[in-house]
Amino acid sequence: MSLQTNYLGMTLKNPLIASASPLTQNLDNLKAMEDNGIAAVVLPSLFEEQLTHDVYEHYHYASVGTDSFPEAQKFFPEPVEFKFGPDEYLEHIRKAKKSLQVPVIASLNGHSHGGWVSYAKLMQDAGADAIELNIYELPSNPDVSGAEVEAQYLNIVRGVKDSVKIPVSVKISPFFSSPGNMAKKLWGSGADGLVLFNRFYQPDVNLETLEVVPSVILSGPTAIRLSLLWIGLLSGRVSMSLAASSGIHSAVDVLKCTMVGADAAMLCSVLYKQGLPYIQKLIVDLNAWMEVHEYESIEQMKGSMNYRNAEHPEAFERANYVRSLRNDFFMVRPMPFG
Amino acid sequence: MTARQETIDGNEAAARIAYKASEVIAIYPITPSSTMGEWADEWASQEKKNLWGTVPLVQEMQSEGGAAGAVHGALQTGALSTTFTASQGLLLMIPNMYKIAGELTPVVFHVAARSLAAHALSIFGDHADIMSARSTGWAMLAASGVQEAMDMALIAHSATLKSRIPFVHFFDGFRTSHEVAKIFPIDDDVIRAMLDEKLIDAHRARGLSPDHPVLRGTAQNPDAYFQAREACNPFYNACPDHVEETMAAFKALTGREYNLFDYYGAPDAERIIIMMGSGASTVAETVDTLAAQGEKVGLINVRLFRPFSASHFLKAIPASAKSLAVLDRSKEPGALGEPLYQDVLTALFESEHKSANLQKVIGGRYGLSSKEFTPAMVKAVFDELSKEKPRNHFTVGIVDDVTHSSLDWNPGFTTEPKNQVRALFYGLGADGTVSANKSSIKIIGEETDNYAQGYFVYDSKKSGAMTVSHLRFGPDPIRSSYLVQTANFVACHQWPFLEKYDMLAPMLSGGTFLLNSPYDAREVWDRLPERVQERILERKIRVFAIDAIRVAKETGMGGRINTIMQTCFFAISGVLERSEAIDLIKKSIRKAYGKKGEQIVEQNFAAVDRTLDFLFEVDVSKATLNGAKTPATVSAKAPAFVRDVIAPMLEGRGDLLPVSAFPVDGTFPTGTAKWEKRNIATEIPIWDPVSCTQCMKCVLVCPHASIRGKMVDEEALQGAPDGFRVIDAKPKEFKGKKFIIQVAPEDCTGCGICVDICPARNKSETRLRAINMQEQAPLRQQEKEYWEYFENLPILDRTTTAPTNVRTSQLYEPYFEFSGACSGCGETPYVKLASQLFGDRMVVANATGCSSIYGGNLPTTPWTQNAEGRGPAWSNSLFEDNAEFGLGMRLSIDKQTELAVEMLKRLSGQIGDELIDAIVNSEQSDEMGIAEQRIRVEVLKGKLKSIPGIDSSRLMSLADYLVKKSVWIMGGDGWAYDIGFGGLDHVLASGKNVNILVLDTEVYSNTGGQASKSTPKAAVAKFAMGGKAMGKKDLARIAMSYGNVYVAQVAMGARDEQTVKAFLEAEKHPGPSIILAYSHCIAHGIDMRSAMREHRDMVASGHWMLFRYNPALALEGANPLQLDSAKPSKPLAEFYEKQNRFKMLTKSQPEAAQRLLHEAEKESLERWKAYERLATPWSTVSEGGIS
Repeated sequence: MSLQTNYLGMTLKNPLIASASPLTQNLDNLKAMEDNGIAAVVLPSLFEEQLTHDVYEHYHYASVGTDSFPEAQKFFPEPVEFKFGPDEYLEHIRKAKKSLQVPVIASLNGHSHGGWVSYAKLMQDAGADAIELNIYELPSNPDVSGAEVEAQYLNIVRGVKDSVKIPVSVKISPFFSSPGNMAKKLWGSGADGLVLFNRFYQPDVNLETLEVVPSVILSGPTAIRLSLLWIGLLSGRVSMSLAASSGIHSAVDVLKCTMVGADAAMLCSVLYKQGLPYIQKLIVDLNAWMEVHEYESIEQMKGSMNYRNAEHPEAFERANYVRSLRNDFFMVRPMPFG
Repeated sequence: MTARQETIDGNEAAARIAYKASEVIAIYPITPSSTMGEWADEWASQEKKNLWGTVPLVQEMQSEGGAAGAVHGALQTGALSTTFTASQGLLLMIPNMYKIAGELTPVVFHVAARSLAAHALSIFGDHADIMSARSTGWAMLAASGVQEAMDMALIAHSATLKSRIPFVHFFDGFRTSHEVAKIFPIDDDVIRAMLDEKLIDAHRARGLSPDHPVLRGTAQNPDAYFQAREACNPFYNACPDHVEETMAAFKALTGREYNLFDYYGAPDAERIIIMMGSGASTVAETVDTLAAQGEKVGLINVRLFRPFSASHFLKAIPASAKSLAVLDRSKEPGALGEPLYQDVLTALFESEHKSANLQKVIGGRYGLSSKEFTPAMVKAVFDELSKEKPRNHFTVGIVDDVTHSSLDWNPGFTTEPKNQVRALFYGLGADGTVSANKSSIKIIGEETDNYAQGYFVYDSKKSGAMTVSHLRFGPDPIRSSYLVQTANFVACHQWPFLEKYDMLAPMLSGGTFLLNSPYDAREVWDRLPERVQERILERKIRVFAIDAIRVAKETGMGGRINTIMQTCFFAISGVLERSEAIDLIKKSIRKAYGKKGEQIVEQNFAAVDRTLDFLFEVDVSKATLNGAKTPATVSAKAPAFVRDVIAPMLEGRGDLLPVSAFPVDGTFPTGTAKWEKRNIATEIPIWDPVSCTQCMKCVLVCPHASIRGKMVDEEALQGAPDGFRVIDAKPKEFKGKKFIIQVAPEDCTGCGICVDICPARNKSETRLRAINMQEQAPLRQQEKEYWEYFENLPILDRTTTAPTNVRTSQLYEPYFEFSGACSGCGETPYVKLASQLFGDRMVVANATGCSSIYGGNLPTTPWTQNAEGRGPAWSNSLFEDNAEFGLGMRLSIDKQTELAVEMLKRLSGQIGDELIDAIVNSEQSDEMGIAEQRIRVEVLKGKLKSIPGIDSSRLMSLADYLVKKSVWIMGGDGWAYDIGFGGLDHVLASGKNVNILVLDTEVYSNTGGQASKSTPKAAVAKFAMGGKAMGKKDLARIAMSYGNVYVAQVAMGARDEQTVKAFLEAEKHPGPSIILAYSHCIAHGIDMRSAMREHRDMVASGHWMLFRYNPALALEGANPLQLDSAKPSKPLAEFYEKQNRFKMLTKSQPEAAQRLLHEAEKESLERWKAYERLATPWSTVSEGGIS
């Protein structure tokens, strides 16, 4: 029985990838992930905006009060050098590569076009096996059209692909008018793979303080549905790797993703909730399920239930939504407000 | 000799030599010498090597006394050592200096000479500290300028090895230590050639070692001490020759010639000034001018003050000399004359070969506390020497209308050369004016053949502080050690200053005036005050203007207009060709900001490029006077002292005040800050009564007491101005009253901390709170009217409402208002709170530091009094003795109270037992009790008037002590954790009823952010550049160990109610109490606006715990320790990420940052566990331990 899969042109021993999160910031965690059987790791995103922010922030705070008072010409000593650039991140790639056997995927969130391109190249030079572009642009300005946002995405992908030789995947949100079309365009711009989907910023409202509160919510098991839908629709229709992200909490989830066409399954929330040894359990469970159900390999089942291969492909489409509403929604007890 | 020149300041010049020539360096910050230690620490952190290829060990100590002790130890075990200090610091070193000299140990202390605290503290320069150390047996070598600070430093390091006499190398604080000038730096080869290896070996060989043991430091008896004390004489006798030889060797290597006493002037001079320090440069400049006019004048510049070589001195006096004036930059009250004068007289009197021509020797004082010493004053001295009967023991530079010691001088006399560009820049501390000018000096000094000099004058406020930069450029060396007197160029970087200062007074005819103007070309002229317009027209001044704020905003520079105004200066001053200047500015930007990030460089480049598009000349050819009259500096309602003495200081005319204007003993009235309307806020908070919950947190956190609240009866509001904001009181206890929150618009600094802390939101627009920042200018008049009305509304009757919570405490009148503290200061809300709760019965002992500066620095001071004339009485003794100072106050008050009670009993027959019993047994634990006691004491005083006898009059003078007095000992962590810790510990152990408030900023804030023992692990500070390796000292636990000390740790922004409670409990505790109050600070590198709110996260992260240890609980059988904060619930890293003091380490030394953070996290958790164990309720603790 083989769990082997191909993702971004790389052969992985199984479809389990640790997705970008603070967990992969720590080298000990990375090693533990590998020891527990992870097939690849995605390092946390390098945020260009954060780097720029750090530069301005330091400049501002280190210069407050400078040459203002007779007794204090400045309030901070002046180190010989500052490492404001991506040095720390690149060093993390180098260390991860040195201590791990499994592929190391760097993740990049750029801010300027130059930043996307130059940091991607630096990541490649630092030894990353692939780059995941975490295009985390929230189009908050209502004057920016969907077409402009899409053009910006494609421009970034083309720029990065032109500057690096390693595979490049794009982690996107589901919020496009036509995600399928967008996926196709990304493929056309050179993307080697798609990660569906990133967990978008969704602030909360605190009723006590009357503040909008930034928060990151760990995914629940139902979050997988959106990925299943779109991977199912895209699998076999675009020639690039597809990875499922969000809501993968069990071996069953991994199998579902694989069957609709995912080449890999990204794990994050489950590792926070269950701990890193849980990777082992996922692998055991995968093997067990495949054995019981007499599957020989992951490749065998990959895409077996995608839009093209599913018995009822219409289940992926809108008709299914209408039926769901009819069957399920009205079974819910009516709310007091009717 | 090297031809390379650099522009550096005096402190750096001296520190470079000291660092190169030393192996062990002990440091401690004190203005104006701190930067020497900072350089040493910074170079060591950068692993810069000394002359022998090794990095000196640099050790911060807990005091200057500690630094001297450490140096003494290092020297005694054979190392080459040094330290840097000034003023009180040198005084603390004196005991060790006697030892070091007595042991004939070569060493150099570099001193930025500074005034001593006498009638007042002063951070500025004179020779009082040097003169206080002159009997220690140390050689004393003076430098007159920045070049000499480097040269004499080396000569001192060399000569000390030769002579075995320790040296004080000194130069004038600020005037030389902080003057930036173009000098020839000294190469390592020259230093090497000057330091004899054999002499170093000999010093090392004398070091204590178990391999060749000796005993040094015996105790001697009458049979031995005297002779042994005389045994060193040959070394002192030889020392002047050693120095002379050293100077000769230095000349051979560098070409720069010095003598023990340098004569300068006409060879046939008849009138000679003898002096030392920076003033000598001004005298030399004046001598040149006067000699060119045919006057026979000269200068003897004293280099080696100790040992004073009479023979060398006499040789330096020209035979033609008829009269000598000896100028001392110090005052020795009660002496026959100042020290240098007396030395000169002794030398002359003892001389068998004194000149027959010499008829007169007079002595005088000049330049105390950096008082200006100008060519006009020099001329006044020379003129005095021409008189038949010149005035002796004169002063020059002030008007002494009391003892009439002062010489008159003609301010119109100037020696400033025509071939020199002199420029004055008026800026705000925060706008980067000084930094820009330092950059311009470097550009001109290092990129052209011109000489350059920069000197910077700061006001004493920490918020909205004005800076004046005095720059000189020219083809000849600059010797003017005084402020620019006549300028070709004046720049005003802040429009509001035009109204306050007559900045064009020094402008030469035809000069250039650069204005940062919010107004365009059509409007600029009309907006100028009339006084400025007059000057412009009279003197045919060209006016250029730019809206630098707009350029700064558009290029992302924020409030820093430095690069923009610097570009304007070069564009219109003609100092350099414009395009060349711009290239050089960009080069300097790259050098200054390159390592801080390319974004910063690009941002500054963009500002430079945009500047010229916005710079325009104002056409004044047809202009007529139409500007506004300059308003009075202070209100006509102000007391006479404020109008006559304080106001001139506020206007920058304090130098003109005569001696008679000042108190004779340093005693000043309180309540003066309220008369200084600074108008520095661009935005002020405006209250929204409807949204307000009336919690009064805004009032509590306001660092400047410029936002206040009142509850008043409706009747009191008759005649309220239109629009005056008022609403029904919500709290039950104030039912029926009206509630008001009002800001003092001209006193607010605009920090916004009140808005940030406000918990209430506007129901329809949640972005708005119950108090919101709005532009000040359009609201100024209206809010001023409201404020004046508000001020006269009745205040809370203290006897009716106890200050048991934040709200009621904030209805109490503050006795600390409108201080000069930083905008958003984290210390002053605590000081203000203490003043509100106990101000009418409070005596304050304040350690030197931020709190003594914002609390007691002229012109105006914030401690104030109530309508009855009661309020805190405040004093600052020193940095190191504050706890003892406060204890002394307590003892004194207790004794006088005791005496009063004794007197009462003695007069019982006449006073009556009932009143005496009531007074003696009064309960004064609350406001009512105190008020009642005050009434009793008034009754007593009334009775005493009719009781004859000494006991009665004595009791009359003591009667007020029968009312409780609250002694508060305040200061920062530098005092409490370091220099004053010994005393503080002793006072805690005394059992006496004192209240100690530690304003814990976790760093030496006032001197610029040096690490203290309160600085937490991983924080970057000066003297801890690689992140503080040791954790913060747990002062609270030390205090708790006594058992009878009330101890509280508070953070106002985290739990304000706990803070109020702690202050009340501390004061109530009949023994010693100590409150450790977390105080955010600009030295943390934080957003000051949200800093108070950040206290919550700080406590949640475990960085700071909240607790109270109340010994009273133990008497009730309960555990005295109560934890007021929960177990850390957030990662420490999250809090550290928000403060640049921690974050910058992650950018400079990421691995160290990670390691230290990890350790800090562990320690913070351990600290929590330890406190949790300590706080376990006693009821749950069995004899065997916690059950």
